[in-house]
Amino acid sequence: MTEATSAAVTLVAMPVQRLMPTPESADLIELTRDLARRELAPRVDAAEKAAEMPRDVYLTLGEAGLLSLPYPEEYGGGGQPYEVYLQVIEEIAHAWMSVAVGTSVHSLSCYALATVGSETQRKELLPDMLSGRLLGAYGLSEPDAGSDVSAISTRARRSEDGSSYTVRGRKAWISNAGYADFYTTFVRTGDDPTRGLSCLLIPADTDGLSFGAPERKMGLASDPVREVVLDDAVVDAGRLIGEEGEGMKIALAALDSGRLGIAAAATGLAQSALDVAIAYAKERRQFGRAIADNQGLAFLLADMEAAVSSGRTAYLYAARLRDAGRPFTREAAVAKLAATDAAMKVTTDAVQVLGGAGYTQDFPVERMMRDAKVTQIFEGTNQIQRLVISRQLLK
Amino acid sequence: MNIVVCVKYVPDAQGDRTFNEDNTTDRANVDGLLSELDEYAVEAALKIVEAGEGEVTVVTVGPEQAADALKKALQMGADKAVHVSDEAIHGSDAVATSLVLAEAVKKIGSPDLVLTGLSSTDGTMSVVPAMLAERLGLPQVTQVSTLEVADGTVKGRRDGDAVSESLEASLPALVSVTDQINEPRYPSFKGIMAAKKKPVETWSLADLGVDAGQVGLDAAWTKVESFAQRPPREQGEIVTDEGDGGTKLAEFLAAQKFV
Ligand SMILES: Cc1cc2nc3c(=O)[nH]c(=O)nc-3n(C[C@H](O)[C@H](O)[C@H](O)COP(=O)(O)OP(=O)(O)OC[C@H]3O[C@@H](n4cnc5c(N)ncnc54)[C@H](O)[C@@H]3O)c2cc1C
Ligand SMILES: Cc1cc2nc3c(=O)[nH]c(=O)nc-3n(C[C@H](O)[C@H](O)[C@H](O)COP(=O)(O)OP(=O)(O)OC[C@H]3O[C@@H](n4cnc5c(N)ncnc54)[C@H](O)[C@@H]3O)c2cc1C
Repeated sequence: MTEATSAAVTLVAMPVQRLMPTPESADLIELTRDLARRELAPRVDAAEKAAEMPRDVYLTLGEAGLLSLPYPEEYGGGGQPYEVYLQVIEEIAHAWMSVAVGTSVHSLSCYALATVGSETQRKELLPDMLSGRLLGAYGLSEPDAGSDVSAISTRARRSEDGSSYTVRGRKAWISNAGYADFYTTFVRTGDDPTRGLSCLLIPADTDGLSFGAPERKMGLASDPVREVVLDDAVVDAGRLIGEEGEGMKIALAALDSGRLGIAAAATGLAQSALDVAIAYAKERRQFGRAIADNQGLAFLLADMEAAVSSGRTAYLYAARLRDAGRPFTREAAVAKLAATDAAMKVTTDAVQVLGGAGYTQDFPVERMMRDAKVTQIFEGTNQIQRLVISRQLLK
Repeated sequence: MNIVVCVKYVPDAQGDRTFNEDNTTDRANVDGLLSELDEYAVEAALKIVEAGEGEVTVVTVGPEQAADALKKALQMGADKAVHVSDEAIHGSDAVATSLVLAEAVKKIGSPDLVLTGLSSTDGTMSVVPAMLAERLGLPQVTQVSTLEVADGTVKGRRDGDAVSESLEASLPALVSVTDQINEPRYPSFKGIMAAKKKPVETWSLADLGVDAGQVGLDAAWTKVESFAQRPPREQGEIVTDEGDGGTKLAEFLAAQKFV
C-alpha cells in the first residue's frame, strides 16, 4: 500500500456515539474532534518519529480551555464533571496518545493544590496553572521508589526560620519534564515511611532543579520523560500543599483520579487501532475477497470492539461515582486495569489484522501497540491495580 | 463599528454528498457545518471589534440545522445571530439568496461593514458577495487578503496571479475575504458557555417582506437537470526507471495524446 492510503487510514473520523450530560458538553466534544482532526492528526506521525514534544499543541488546547476542564470555574477551570473531562481525554488520545497522557498528567499535577491547597494558595497560584498557558508535571516516582511509594528518599529540610525547604534527591520517570512550568513533587519531611511524606509545588525556574537525559523509551515518544534532579533546591514554605505528613494521602487520592485519565486515554488509543483495523480489513483482498469477509477475522474485530467498549464503560462508571461524590477507588482501579489491558490486546490484534503492513512504520498500529504497553505500567502497574482492588474487596 | 458577517451552513465535505428528488443538495439529512471559508470572515470581524468597539452580528440563510453554523460563530465570539429560515427558500439560487440576505442585513440595521467569505465550500460560485453589495448599494471590495479599517474607510489587498491590487472604499462597504487573511480561532470552552446566552433571532420571508415567489427552486435562473457521481479514479500506472524511464514516460504521454 502507498503512503497516501496509510494517511487516509490514519484519519478515520472518531466513530463513537456519546451521550453527553449537557448541550455544552456535546459542543465540547465537537470542538475536541475539530482540534483532533485539524491540529493533532496531521502532526502525530512525524512528531512521534522525531520524538518531538509539541509544546505549541498544548497552548492551542489550553486556549480552547481543554487543559482545565475538571477544575472549578472560580479559578479559571471549566467546571466539568469527570464524565465529560475523561471523554475529552479519550477523544484526544484517539488522535494522539502522547498528548492525551500529557494533558492527563497536567490535570494530575493541579489536583493537590485544587483539593487540599489553602484558599490563599489557590487564589494565588491556581488561575495561572489553569490558564492553559502553563503545563504541570507530577513527581512521585524515584529510581528506588516505583510501586513502593513509601520508599521515597528525596528529602526536604525546613529552614530554621521555617520560611523555606531545601530539597535534595532525584525524581524518576517524570512526564512533561523540561517543558513543565511547575512540578508537584512528593518529598520526605519525616522518617515514618508513609506519614513522613509531604507535597511541594516547585516552580520550574527554582535554583538547584535540573533534568537528566530524556529516557529512550519504547513508545510514547512525544511525552518527554526525564529525571528531575533536586540539588539543594530551595523552595518557599508557602509552596507546601496540605500539611506536612499528608503527602501519601494526597498522592494516592490524586492517583485515583489520574488513573481514570489513563483509562480514558487507553480507550481512545484502542478505539483508534480498531478503526484502522476495520478500514484495512474492508479494503485488503486475499483469496478473491476482502479479508473482513472471513469470519475468523471478523470475530477478531468483534472481540476488539467488545474490549474497547468494556474499558469505556468501566471508566465512565467510575467517573459517574466520582462525580456523585461516592467512593470510587476500587472502580477507578478496575477501569485502569480493564481499559489498559484492553488497549494492549486491541493494538496487538490490530497489528495482526494488518499483517506485514501492520508491522511496518508506514501504518500507525505498530506505534499504537508500543504506546499501549506503557499504560499497563504507569500510574500504578496493573499488578498494583490488583493490589488496590483486592484490598478493597477484603477489607 | 457594527459588522454583519454572512455565514453559510454547508454539508460536511468529509461526509457523503446526497441530493434531494428535485436535484438540490440535501442539506437537511446530512452533517453540516459553518463553511470553513466563512470562518475567516468571522475572525476578521472579531479582530476589528476587539481592536476597537462595536458588535458582530452573524446572519445565515438556510434550513433549521443552519443554526449550527450560527452557534459556531457565536462560540468563536460573535455577539448575536440572525437565522433566516423558510420552507419557500429551499432550492434558491445565488440571485435569490442575495435578495434574502440583503433584506436581512437591512432589518438588522445599517452596519458599517458587511463581511463575507471568499466563496461557499459547496456552491463555490463566489457571486453572492457582489450581488449583495449591489442590492445594498454598497461599494464592494472583494477577495482581499488584508483588511484595515480606519477613518471611515476600508483598505484591502487583492492578490491576483500577476499583480496585487490595493483597494480602498468608503464605509459602509461590503468586503469578502480570502483564506489568507488570518488564522481563524477555535471556539473555547468559555466561548461555548457564553454562546448559550447570546441572542439568536429567527426570521421568515414574511418578517423580511420578501415575496415567496421571488425565491426557491421555481424562481431560480438555472436548474440542475441531472447529476452523476464522478467515476472513481483509476489506479495510476507506475513506471520503474530501468534506464529507459524517459522513453516510457514519453510513450505514455503520447498514448494519452498529451504530446
Ligand atoms: C513513560 C512513563 C511515564 C511516567 N511518568 C511518570 C510521571 O509523570 N510521574 C511519576 O511519578 N512517575 C511516572 N512514571 C513512573 C511509573 O509510575 C512507574 O514506572 C511505575 O509506578 C512502576 O514503578 P517501577 O518502574 O519502579 O517498577 P517496579 O515497582 O520496580 O515494578 C517492577 C515489576 O514488579 C511488579 N511489582 C512491584 N511490586 C509488586 C507487588 N507488590 N506485587 C506484585 N507485583 C509487584 C510491578 O507490577 C512490575 O511488573 C512513568 C513511567 C513511564 C514508563
Ligand atoms: C449541488 C448544488 C445544486 C444546486 N442547485 C441549484 C439549482 O438547482 N438552481 C440554482 O439556481 N442554484 C443551485 N445551486 C446554487 C446554490 O443555490 C448556491 O449555493 C447559493 O445560491 C449560494 O451561492 P454559493 O454557495 O455559490 O455562494 P458564494 O457566492 O460562493 O458565497 C460567498 C459568500 O456569500 C455568503 N453566503 C452565500 N450563501 C449564503 C447563505 N445561504 N447564507 C449566508 N451567507 C451566504 C457567505 O459569506 C459566502 O462565503 C446549487 C448548488 C449546489 C452545490
